[in-house]
Amino acid sequence: MTDTILGLIGFSLVFLAAVLMAAFAYLRRKSVPPLREIPAYARLRRAIGRVVEDGSRLHVSLGRGALVTPQSASALAGLALLRRLADLTSVGDRPPIATSGDGALALLSQSTLQGAAEDAKLAYDPSAGRLTGLTPFSYAAGAIPSIRDENVSTTVLMGNFGVEAALLTDASERANAFCVAGSDNLAAQAVLYASAREPLIGEELYSAGAYIEPAPLQTASLTVQDVLRWLFIAILLGGALLKVAGLL
Amino acid sequence: MKLKGLLSAVIAILCGLVVLAGYFIRLPFLVKASSIFLNWAVLLTAFAVLLGIFNLLIVHIGKVTGKQKGALYSILLVLAMLVTFVIGLVIPLYPKAAPALDFIFRTFQLPVEASLMALLAVTLTYASIRLLNRRLSVFAVIFIVTVLLILLGTAPIPFVGSVPWVSDSLRPVIAQVLAAGGARGILIGVALGALVTGLRVLFGADRPYGGK
Repeated sequence: MTDTILGLIGFSLVFLAAVLMAAFAYLRRKSVPPLREIPAYARLRRAIGRVVEDGSRLHVSLGRGALVTPQSASALAGLALLRRLADLTSVGDRPPIATSGDGALALLSQSTLQGAAEDAKLAYDPSAGRLTGLTPFSYAAGAIPSIRDENVSTTVLMGNFGVEAALLTDASERANAFCVAGSDNLAAQAVLYASAREPLIGEELYSAGAYIEPAPLQTASLTVQDVLRWLFIAILLGGALLKVAGLL
Repeated sequence: MKLKGLLSAVIAILCGLVVLAGYFIRLPFLVKASSIFLNWAVLLTAFAVLLGIFNLLIVHIGKVTGKQKGALYSILLVLAMLVTFVIGLVIPLYPKAAPALDFIFRTFQLPVEASLMALLAVTLTYASIRLLNRRLSVFAVIFIVTVLLILLGTAPIPFVGSVPWVSDSLRPVIAQVLAAGGARGILIGVALGALVTGLRVLFGADRPYGGK
């Protein structure tokens, strides 16, 4: 019985979010609403410009979020950002590289980079999307040479990382590369706050698409996130008040 | 949109909707279809690991043949990978070879990962010091002060032992009240972000399976 009720609540939440997203996207199809400033994305846009101008390379690290686990959402957000960044840097001298710590994610990164290369009518390098290791530290150790040896000037860490992300941000710092980093893992977020030049905290990781290339559905998804957040705040406060009043 | 892209988008969105519906609506045919799709995904993921390892091998062989920087390490990696792979293949036919894999894991993998963990401790200490230099703000100061208080409250000081008030009262308040509250807030944000990311994929706005 409890499972059924929880299932219904979950379904209602997803359905509500989907309806709101479609409605906001439709209502705002002609104009993009102003978004609150996230300095990391503003600086990332500038860094992408530099990548194109000075002929250096962009490195996107997608983490280890397997697609059949709850961590897949951060990996999907990373892949979506990879596609946008690959499009933006397609006019540069060097194609971007993507490293990941999961086989399926590596294949998807290759497919994403291939799609971007085909759209820009450029030759695709199959080694641009790489699996660098299957354990947290082997993944980090395998990705470090890509940052160090391949003329990388901008590193984006976006996906599921653990504390090993600090090794990547440190390598990026040593290579004097600009680094934006976000993870869905709490420990990694704390580590990235200290070590990354531009850390992304909490849900900022999932809003990359809307900030890099605003589209109605992207910005609508951010509005839905805000609406649901206020709904949760109201429920939490209401529950606390009811508890204090002895009604719950 | 190209036909291939359209077809992959339709298949991906339909599969996603069936799995999502099967998770919430417990109708037998939906649950069965959802379970079949998930099993296919697990099988494909396992196969993707093999392809990923093959890709890793190709990248490092390319480094060796192209005489790129760090080619020596690539030779070691390729050799180690081939030896481990062959031993793994031999084990089902010759089970006495099983300890060899265990030996490789305990002698090479474990110490290397442990030393990277130790390196991480140094890296994080350095990063914390650098944080104040790079991003001097109220939040950075709060971050460093909290780290120091938690360290002081957790690790006993040599010849002194645990610091009385910090270990008994302050550390539990910071860790179990302030940090736990903040962590829950961040986790709710992450969950909402994950939800809308999934919906963007279902709407076809984000297409991680290729296409634009």
